[in-house]
Amino acid sequence: MLKILKYSFYDLIRSRWSYVYFLFYLALGFVLLFLNNDVSKAVITLMNVIIVLIPLIGTIFGVMYYYNSREFTELLLAQPIKRSSIFMGQYFGVAGSLTLSLVLGLGIPFVLYGLMQSNAIFDFSLLLVTGAFLTFIFVGLSFVIAISNENKIKGFGYAVLLWLFLAVIYDGLFLMSLIVFEEYPLDKFSLVATILNPIDLSRILILLKLDISALLGYTGAIFKKFFGTNLGFLISLAILLLWTILPILGLRYKAGKKDF
Amino acid sequence: MRASIWKVCNTCENSSIKETIARAHAYDTLLVQKGRYREFEILVDKPLVIRGIGYPIVDGEKKGEIFRVTSDHVTLDGLFIVNVGVSYTKDNAAIRVIQSKNFQIKNMVLEQLFFGIYLEKSSHGKVYHNRIIGEAVDEYNSGNGIQLWYSSDIEVLKNHVQGTRDGIYLEFSDRVTISENVSMDNLRYGLHFMFSNNDIYTNNTFENNGAGVAVMFSKFITMKNNTFRKNWGTAAYGMLLKEINDAEIKGNIFEENTIGINIEGSNRIKYTDNDFIGNGWAIRVIGACYTNSFKGNNFLYNSFDISYNSKLNDNVFEGNFWSSYTGYDLDKDGIGDVPYRPVKLFSYVVNRTPETIVLLRSLFMDIIDFSERVSPVFTPDNLKDAQPLMKVRS
Repeated sequence: MLKILKYSFYDLIRSRWSYVYFLFYLALGFVLLFLNNDVSKAVITLMNVIIVLIPLIGTIFGVMYYYNSREFTELLLAQPIKRSSIFMGQYFGVAGSLTLSLVLGLGIPFVLYGLMQSNAIFDFSLLLVTGAFLTFIFVGLSFVIAISNENKIKGFGYAVLLWLFLAVIYDGLFLMSLIVFEEYPLDKFSLVATILNPIDLSRILILLKLDISALLGYTGAIFKKFFGTNLGFLISLAILLLWTILPILGLRYKAGKKDF
Repeated sequence: MRASIWKVCNTCENSSIKETIARAHAYDTLLVQKGRYREFEILVDKPLVIRGIGYPIVDGEKKGEIFRVTSDHVTLDGLFIVNVGVSYTKDNAAIRVIQSKNFQIKNMVLEQLFFGIYLEKSSHGKVYHNRIIGEAVDEYNSGNGIQLWYSSDIEVLKNHVQGTRDGIYLEFSDRVTISENVSMDNLRYGLHFMFSNNDIYTNNTFENNGAGVAVMFSKFITMKNNTFRKNWGTAAYGMLLKEINDAEIKGNIFEENTIGINIEGSNRIKYTDNDFIGNGWAIRVIGACYTNSFKGNNFLYNSFDISYNSKLNDNVFEGNFWSSYTGYDLDKDGIGDVPYRPVKLFSYVVNRTPETIVLLRSLFMDIIDFSERVSPVFTPDNLKDAQPLMKVRS
């Protein structure tokens, strides 16, 4: 598995897309800091980018990589290698290189602008951790979609739809259901609905550090317990981990059963 | 007759403050030496100066009120008062001043108290540089740090109040000046006005209280250069205004409060040169607020700048700086060319269904906010800052 991981990783780096991705984040980091000159404000802007863009790029990259390396995968399958190691290797290769681009691309400008001295360092590292989680989750989901669809167009379509659903439509439905059922006690429902969507979950995780004063504005015992203590933070992190593991398990299962 | 000096100490001839006061004549001075005096209900009924040397401890042993001042021209200075008796029928205070004038209470330290300094129908006094540290846990069995009831023309300066119910409480008290105090960690309000008019408070700091300052049913209050910080919680405000008319709020800093200013039924108030930094809601308008003006304020990185619960607006927003303003300034006069609409649709939604707060900063809400900003449907369409500043007012 490690060999394949290494191969996928170097393959991506050679293909220059990793560089483009890395340079994009590098530019973004520098521009944000140049315009704001305030690390904590830049973290807020960055959050918007991270929770929307990372899932999108993760999804597209994952699907693209899977379809592109299909022939090579078939070649590997003909060798006496375990199926799970082939697919796990590819998955970790892609997700790993994307995460590396993200962490380096954003990390370098922030470190250069004196992040180490500022007290936003914790917010910022949280941002990167969430970004890494989102990359792993969405590359995993896109691999599952790609492996289940032979048709590339269909696979792409589903993958983009998945992103669109989780990033935008889900929140719309969520909001609508909250307003329709506003007569009922909704705090449990809203927390559960947040947890069920990795993008919402990452957003809340970051907000717990940034906008805590607004989140505490709502009178509800469950909210207060969730947002007011470390409990919310730990639960969100645990569920995010669960979200990462689930697509991987799905991928293993699909890869084991699929007839090539 | 000359004013004489009485020395009080544990081993002296005069070992009790209470008895020495009875023996003393008007305008005498009592010098209370270092030590512990287990006394309560000490009545000061003649003009005296009672001065502590090296912070002598006056221990009420939780039996009741400690000092009761009923005469004019009394000065209390440098005592350490502990263990005021808690009562559910009487408002026991460490120091109670009743119907007296020209008193001074300074450099006192009050601990383990019920009520701290209680001024009743008194005037022309000064409460200066005292330190009041309570251990209030519940509102029903705790008292206020400094309470003024029907008292006027009083200066409250440089006090530090913490851990009481209301830090400083004014009821029916007019022309009171409150400056440079620090009021923190109080259960309810840092400073609380009820039916008190023509008061001024400046340069105070209110931190981590249930609500920083509650101003209710009062007129002509001037609030300048105060700092309101970290008043967090479900019903926590930097400043709570209810039925306030003709006030002036200038140069204050509201930082990291759940709600910076909560306004209800308040008219003709001028908000100028305030800084709202990193609050959940900078300003929340509940209703019936007319002819207020907001000019030259800085709104920096608040989750919501303004929240409104009606479609009607009669308040003026002009020349403020909004950190989320995205307009441009082609003629380079420092004023944005496109008006800024501070009320987001999302804040309207959150008012209606508070649980939706979990959708804060989501892409979907941003899209909806954007469309509402382009063509307002739910928010008052004349609520806008037509001259938003391009740069932070410094």
